[in-house]
Amino acid sequence: MKQSRGAKDRKRTFLLITIPVVALFFCFNTLPLIRGFLYSFTNFKGYGSYDWVGLRNYADLFGDLRVGKSYRFTFQYAVVSTILTNILSLLLALGLSARIKGKSILRGIYFIPNVLGGLVVGYIFSFFFTYVLPAAGRALGIGFLSSSFLSSTSKAWIAIVIVGCWQATALNTIIYIAGLQTVPEEVYEAGAIDGAGGWKRFWSLTFPLIIPFFSINLVLCMKNFLMVFDQIIALTRGGPSQSTESISYLIYNNGMSGGQFGFQSANAFLFFVVIVTISVFQMRITGRKEEQL
Amino acid sequence: MRKTVNWTATVLLLLGCTAIFFPLYMAVMIAFKQPAEMTNDILGALALPADWSLSNFAEAMRVTDFWHSFGNSLLLTVSTVLLAIFLHGLAGFAIGRSVGSSRIYTVIYLYIVSGMFVPFAILMMPLVKQTAQLGMANRLGVVALYTVFFMPLNLMLYKGYLTNIPLALEEAARVDGAGTWKTYWSVVFPIMKPMHATVAVLTAMSTWNDVMTPLVILSGTGQNTLPLAQLNFQTQFGTNYNLAFASYLLALIPILLFYLVCQKQILNGVVNGAVK
Repeated sequence: MKQSRGAKDRKRTFLLITIPVVALFFCFNTLPLIRGFLYSFTNFKGYGSYDWVGLRNYADLFGDLRVGKSYRFTFQYAVVSTILTNILSLLLALGLSARIKGKSILRGIYFIPNVLGGLVVGYIFSFFFTYVLPAAGRALGIGFLSSSFLSSTSKAWIAIVIVGCWQATALNTIIYIAGLQTVPEEVYEAGAIDGAGGWKRFWSLTFPLIIPFFSINLVLCMKNFLMVFDQIIALTRGGPSQSTESISYLIYNNGMSGGQFGFQSANAFLFFVVIVTISVFQMRITGRKEEQL
Repeated sequence: MRKTVNWTATVLLLLGCTAIFFPLYMAVMIAFKQPAEMTNDILGALALPADWSLSNFAEAMRVTDFWHSFGNSLLLTVSTVLLAIFLHGLAGFAIGRSVGSSRIYTVIYLYIVSGMFVPFAILMMPLVKQTAQLGMANRLGVVALYTVFFMPLNLMLYKGYLTNIPLALEEAARVDGAGTWKTYWSVVFPIMKPMHATVAVLTAMSTWNDVMTPLVILSGTGQNTLPLAQLNFQTQFGTNYNLAFASYLLALIPILLFYLVCQKQILNGVVNGAVK
């Protein structure tokens, strides 16, 4: 029968495509994840021989001040940046969806930071924070600005937040604009910036309609900010005195060249568990909110 | 109702553009200046250069071996994009068309998509060991890693796109005597063209700007990508910021040109990738 031969051919072809794809994925995603998990039970330095140490790395992880500090910095950075980015991009998206002149050019301009690489952007801002901002602070007599943010343990993280938001706002704005396009024009026009009445209507009419896009942005933002690496390596390399060491940077720095391969494998696995937990938690919360509406 | 222009928003947004352009303006100014023009006040960084000489750019190209890094970045990006369209498209077809009727394929689909929860930083250390053992601590290894790393998102995109395409076309091709493989290339692949554009844009931008993968895989091989060259030559620039900024601009120009040319596809692609 012709029909069944066709179905058979289809099944066989699908299988011939799927098997190598799954094998490739397993080899370079699942296998290293398992191997990393196994390394986390060893005292491997990254070279030479090593022994099994059981759960010692995990026990040490929770008492390690440097690791604790990097989690605190990473979460503080991610939460603050996520909030700032979402406020900024929601405002921009509302503006860019209003009846403005040169709409498409302005939208194009506000997206530029997203296409630029984080490392080079970091280097450019590094010069700004080291020389330009302190010079401006001195000229204007503002003490807070007159020394470099990047050499202060209490202010360096602010510089990284600024650079992170500068880049991330672009993507979130575009997603909010896409969200606002799903809202009937009369509704969001009413919500555009024209006085307190408009704001009230925005919160009660427009915002509930774009909650799915709000949750996409929260999840995307949080995940990207928790992984922060390029900006750290360009701006501070974790300094001063490890005050801006993100988890990714710590894994890279101490795991690859600091002789802590086994210990940082445990850290990486803990980080994996944290990321999965947060993502699942976030999706649950935002999922429930959507249902309520 | 007459449509009126919202001037308040227009003016505010125009003012806001300074936040976007300021760092780029500063970069251009510094890149064209000579070290002697760099005074300690704000004007040292922000004033116009005495003359618009391209000498810093020529010197930066020589010092960082620009064309070599540029070639590598281009090679890695183009190969990754082509492989992604080829392999992820096929995977999206095979898995996407089977998910509804087969439980095994559903499991496979969820298995690959859940890879999105695994950031590179977590796999970095074992992957460095693994690629070294396989003799893949080179450009080929980087492309292989990208192909796997972007698979979850791209598979999801292709599968999502296919659910809106009726099976009838494929069945018609089958009745005409075409096998599944031929049907894919002659019927399904052309239909998925909008999704190929999205996949190409997303994959290309992530690959082009990525630092971590080439940093850990290519270190010590003498091969640089454009971002990696900035990192590796940072010490060589020393305090010659003019040279450094010329090099930064050279690294930014290709992607800015790409954005200028493909702006529409990029914006569409980015929204598709995030929202789907």
